[in-house]
Amino acid sequence: MVIKVGDTVKSGDVIAEIETDKATMEVEAVDEGVVEALLVAEGAEGVAVNAPIARLSGGGTASTPQSPVSGPATIAPQMGEPENGIAPLSPGGGGPAPANAVMKGASQGADAELPAGTEMIKTTVRDALRDAMAEEMRRDADVFLMGEEVAQYQGAYKVSRDLLAEFGERRVIDTPITEHGFAGLGVGAAMAGLKPIVEFMTFNFAMQAIDHIINSAAKTLYMSGGQIRSSIVFRGPNGAASRVGAQHSQDYAAWYASVPGLKVVAPYDAADAKGLLKSAIRDPNPVVFLEHEMVYGTEFDVPDVADWLVPIGKAKVRRVGLHVTLVAYSRMVGFALQAADALAVEGIETEVVDLRTLRPLDHDTVVRSVMKTNRLVTIEEGWGPMGVGAEIAARVVDQAFDYLDAPPVRVCQEDVPLPYAANLEVLSLPSVAKIVAAAKAVCYR
Amino acid sequence: MARQSASKPKAVAISPAHPDKAALLDFCRSMLLIRRFEERAGQLYGMGLIGGFCHLYIGQEAIAVGMQAAKGDGDQVITGYREHGHMLAAGMDPKGVMAELTGRAAGVSRGKGGSMHMFSTAAGFYGGHGIVGAQVSLGTGLALANRYRDDGKVAFVYFGDGAANQGQVYESFNMAELWSLPVVYVIENNQYAMGTSVERSSSETHLHKRGISFNIPGAEVDGMDVVAVREAGKMAAEHARSGKGPFILEMKTYRYRGHSMSDPGKYRTREEIDAVRKTRDPIEHLQERLETLDFADEAQIKAIDAEVKAIVADAAEFARTTPEPNPAELYTDVYLETVP
Repeated sequence: MVIKVGDTVKSGDVIAEIETDKATMEVEAVDEGVVEALLVAEGAEGVAVNAPIARLSGGGTASTPQSPVSGPATIAPQMGEPENGIAPLSPGGGGPAPANAVMKGASQGADAELPAGTEMIKTTVRDALRDAMAEEMRRDADVFLMGEEVAQYQGAYKVSRDLLAEFGERRVIDTPITEHGFAGLGVGAAMAGLKPIVEFMTFNFAMQAIDHIINSAAKTLYMSGGQIRSSIVFRGPNGAASRVGAQHSQDYAAWYASVPGLKVVAPYDAADAKGLLKSAIRDPNPVVFLEHEMVYGTEFDVPDVADWLVPIGKAKVRRVGLHVTLVAYSRMVGFALQAADALAVEGIETEVVDLRTLRPLDHDTVVRSVMKTNRLVTIEEGWGPMGVGAEIAARVVDQAFDYLDAPPVRVCQEDVPLPYAANLEVLSLPSVAKIVAAAKAVCYR
Repeated sequence: MARQSASKPKAVAISPAHPDKAALLDFCRSMLLIRRFEERAGQLYGMGLIGGFCHLYIGQEAIAVGMQAAKGDGDQVITGYREHGHMLAAGMDPKGVMAELTGRAAGVSRGKGGSMHMFSTAAGFYGGHGIVGAQVSLGTGLALANRYRDDGKVAFVYFGDGAANQGQVYESFNMAELWSLPVVYVIENNQYAMGTSVERSSSETHLHKRGISFNIPGAEVDGMDVVAVREAGKMAAEHARSGKGPFILEMKTYRYRGHSMSDPGKYRTREEIDAVRKTRDPIEHLQERLETLDFADEAQIKAIDAEVKAIVADAAEFARTTPEPNPAELYTDVYLETVP
C-alpha cells in the first residue's frame, strides 16, 4: 500500500502495488479525493479481484481492477496478462473449469514406480519445472538455459525464478527477442556437445524458430549418419492461455508430434512436469516440452525423492473405469478428470489416460484401455483436423477395430482461429461439458 | 579495423607474409583436388549416378583452401550446401564424399544425407546445411559452446551472398558481438544467389559492411588469391580467438558452373564467365606464382594434377561400385538410445 489515511490522491497516482505469482504491478487511482480509510492491510495476501482496498472522500472507492490487464511493457512483453493466471486473486472469468490460480489439482491414479510411504510435497507446476532445471544444472555442467527474460526478469512466467542467482549469467542467458536466431544458436551449441534448454516465452513465438527445431535439430542425426547429435530441450507454454487472441493461443502438439527425430512431451501435473523435464534434459535427442500457462500456478503432490524421473514415452492411467476411455494430455487431463467425476454421478465409469508423451506415443496403453471399455473419446486443445485425436483414433481403429462399440469421438478446438470475446472463446475451446456430452454419446446415453 | 570496410579488392591492408614453398605446393594440390573432384561429380551427375541437387565449388577453391590454412586445431567449420570443397580442404576422404554423392553406405553420412548434408565430427566439419542461412545461427552456436567452455576454439562460418540477406544472419551477428563470441563469418560472394545478382538483390552490395550496425569489423578479400585468403583468415581468426568477438570476411569470388546442375544459366553471359576464367582463375593464378617464385615448373604441376586425377578416378570408381545402404538402415539414426 503506497497511500495512508489523510493523503490526497489524484487520478493517476499510484495507490498500491500488487504482487501475483507471475508479476508485480502498480494500481493507479481513477478518482480524486482524500484517503479516508484503508480497507486492506499492508502486505495482505489473497485479496480477491474487485475487493475494495481503500475509501476516498467524495464517494469514490478505489478497488483492485477487475481485469489487471496492462500494457505489454509492464508485465510480459508481447502478451497481455491473462486475468485468471494471477494466483492470489480469484479467477475472473466464466471458463469451464477453474484450472488456474492456486488450486489443488486432481491427480488420481498412483504411479506404480513410487515406493509406498513416499512423502509428497505440494508444489506448483511452475516450481516443479524450475526445480527440475535447477537439479539438472547442478548435476551436469553442460546444461544451461537460454531465452527471453529467463535471467534478470526471472522468467516471463517466473518458471526460471532464482536460477540466475544460483548459476550465474554464463548458464542462465537472457537473449534478445530473436527466436529464429537463438534457437539456431542453441542447436549449434548442442551439436558441439552442450545440453541447452531453450525457453520460448510461448510456443506461438517458436514458429519463428521452427526451421531450426525441425530441419536442424530433428533431422541432422539422420542426415549425418548418426554423427551429429542435438541433446536439447525446447520448452515453454503451449496452447490457449486466456483472452489473448488467436496469435497467442495455439496448441502445437500435433505439429511437432508428426516429426521423426523429435520427442514431444506434454505433462499435466507437477510431478510429471518435474520428472519428465529432468528426463528430457538428459535425453540425447531433441525434445519439445509443451507446458501450459493455465496450469503453472496449480499445486500438486510431487514425490519427495532425491532424483524424481518420469520416463518419456509412457502414458499414465489416471482413473480406472469400465465404460469409456478418455484420452488427453496437458491441461485437458484436468478437464477429463472433472468430466469423469460428473459422469460417475450418472453411472458412467470412465477411464482417463494421460498421454504425457506425444512422441513416442504410448499406443499400447490407449489400445489396452479401449479393448476394455470399447469406447473412445479423445481430447485436445488444438484443432481436430490432422490432429492428435485423429492419430489416436486411426491407431485404435487399426489395432482394436473389433473391440469398438461406437465410433471414436474427438473433442477439440472448433475449426476457427481462437476468438477474443469471452463467450466466443468458451464456445471455441474444449470444456468439461463438451467432454461429458461426447462420453455420453459414445455410450449411447 | 572497421575502416578496412572501405577498401577495395587486392588493396586490403593485409601483410603478405612470404609463403613457404611447401605451403604453396600444398595449396596447389588441394585446389586441384577440389576442381578435379567437382568436374568428376558433374560427370557422374550427367550419367545419372548422382541424384537431386548438386552444387559445385569450381572457381571458389581458393577460399576453402586458404581458410583451412588459417584454422587452428579443434576449430570448427560449418557451411551451406556448396560444401564439397570445404570437406576436401578439411582432409576428408574423397571416396567417402563421392560415395555420399552416389548415395552409398560408405558415404560420409551413410548415404542418408546426399550432396547438401555431409558432416564429419572427426574433421570438425559441422555440415553441410540445406536451408540458406541456417548455418549462420548454428555456427554462432558452435562459437557459443566455445565461449561456454572457454576452450580457445574458433568457429568458421561460411555463407554466400544470397544467405547474406537472411534475417537470422543478423540475429546471429547481434548475439555474436553482444557476447563476444569467437566466430569468423566468411561470406563467399560469388556474385549470384542462384540467378539473382548481388546488385539485383542487395541494397548494400559491399557485404563486409553488413556488420557495421552491430559493431562487427569486416574486410573485403580477393577470394581468387589463396594467399590473400589465408592472410585475411589468420587475421580474422586471431581477432576472434583473442576475445574481441566476431569478424566478417567478404571473399570476392566467382562460380564457373551453374548454381546447381539444373541451372539454365540465362542470367549471365558466356563471355562474363570466360573472362573470369581467363583473368582471375585461382588455380592458374597460384601456378603462375609457383613458377615465378621458381617453386615448381610446369612439369611438376602436371605431376600434381596427374596424382590428383588418379585420386579422383579412384573415388569415382569406388562411389560407383560400393553398395547402397542396407534397407534396415532406413530406420537407424532417427533417435539416439537414451542412457539413463
